[in-house]
Amino acid sequence: MSDATIRREAVMDAGTAGVRDYVELLKPRVMSLVTFSGLAGLIAAPGALHPVLAATAILCIAVAAGAAGAINMWYDRDIDAVMQRTRGRPIPEGRVAPGDALAFGVVLTLGAVVLMGLATNWAAAALLALASGFYIFVYTMWLKRRTPQNIVIGGAAGAFPPMIGWAAVTGDVGVASIALFLLIFMWTPPHFWALALFRNADYRKAGVPMLPVVAGERETKRQMLAYTVLLLPVALAPWFLGIAGTAYLVGASVLGPLFVVTAVRVWFDRTDRSAKQMFAFSILYLFLLFALLIADNMA
Amino acid sequence: MEDEHRKRRRAKNLAMLAVLLALVALLYAITMVKMGA
Repeated sequence: MSDATIRREAVMDAGTAGVRDYVELLKPRVMSLVTFSGLAGLIAAPGALHPVLAATAILCIAVAAGAAGAINMWYDRDIDAVMQRTRGRPIPEGRVAPGDALAFGVVLTLGAVVLMGLATNWAAAALLALASGFYIFVYTMWLKRRTPQNIVIGGAAGAFPPMIGWAAVTGDVGVASIALFLLIFMWTPPHFWALALFRNADYRKAGVPMLPVVAGERETKRQMLAYTVLLLPVALAPWFLGIAGTAYLVGASVLGPLFVVTAVRVWFDRTDRSAKQMFAFSILYLFLLFALLIADNMA
Repeated sequence: MEDEHRKRRRAKNLAMLAVLLALVALLYAITMVKMGA
């Protein structure tokens, strides 16, 4: 640990972190998409939940997702300080002490899981705990620094929320909720690898074995294209399983091929431009699909 | 500097108070809904 780091941690012990710093630890942008997918699972599930309990379930998913992000920032503080994209985060910048971030994350995780169990059912709470544990222990601590398949397997953690929302209503895990899980699971690799392509130097510098670092850009682009093609039938599954309507079917039929087109453009492009566009489109893709799923079930 | 530090601490304490009050209200609402079910 460098002198600068020790000095920063000594300063932080004085408790200079503000509310905004703690909010930043929760990775609000990531949290919003995760929460939205959880809401989609909750609304698509058969049956009904009292609005207070439904709102609590969504709050628990949001808080647990944010808390997992805080623990991730605590564990990855060494590589975050090296990478351009993450060096402005609260811990590497010395605004929050690492121990405080860890305590914050652990307390929020436990609180969210218990509250989920009390408000809805313990199946949903167990799934929430599993998702948090998977993200922290399997992805962050085990896979991220060891294998280029880190975000493929670790992506399962981000795929849990619709299943958790579903379980909050039904108390179990249905086939349709597994389809929603698979949708995010198959979406995650091209989404993250698009980011890794234009942040390749960052990951290389930090020693994180992302696919572009280990296997090169060509192989990464090939796998991204393969995943977007495989995603086409997976994205249609909610309609075939009867939890989505015509709007979703039309949306998935249009957005899926567009996602493939972005991957094709990345394949032919030798600059970062198309990878940046694909990354942005991937977020819009998932957001729109879940928005259509919600709209179909509200109609 | 000292003033800034105090301001931040006060904001944090107020945020904590708001979170705790919200949690109490939420637990009360959950209990009411569960008892009514």
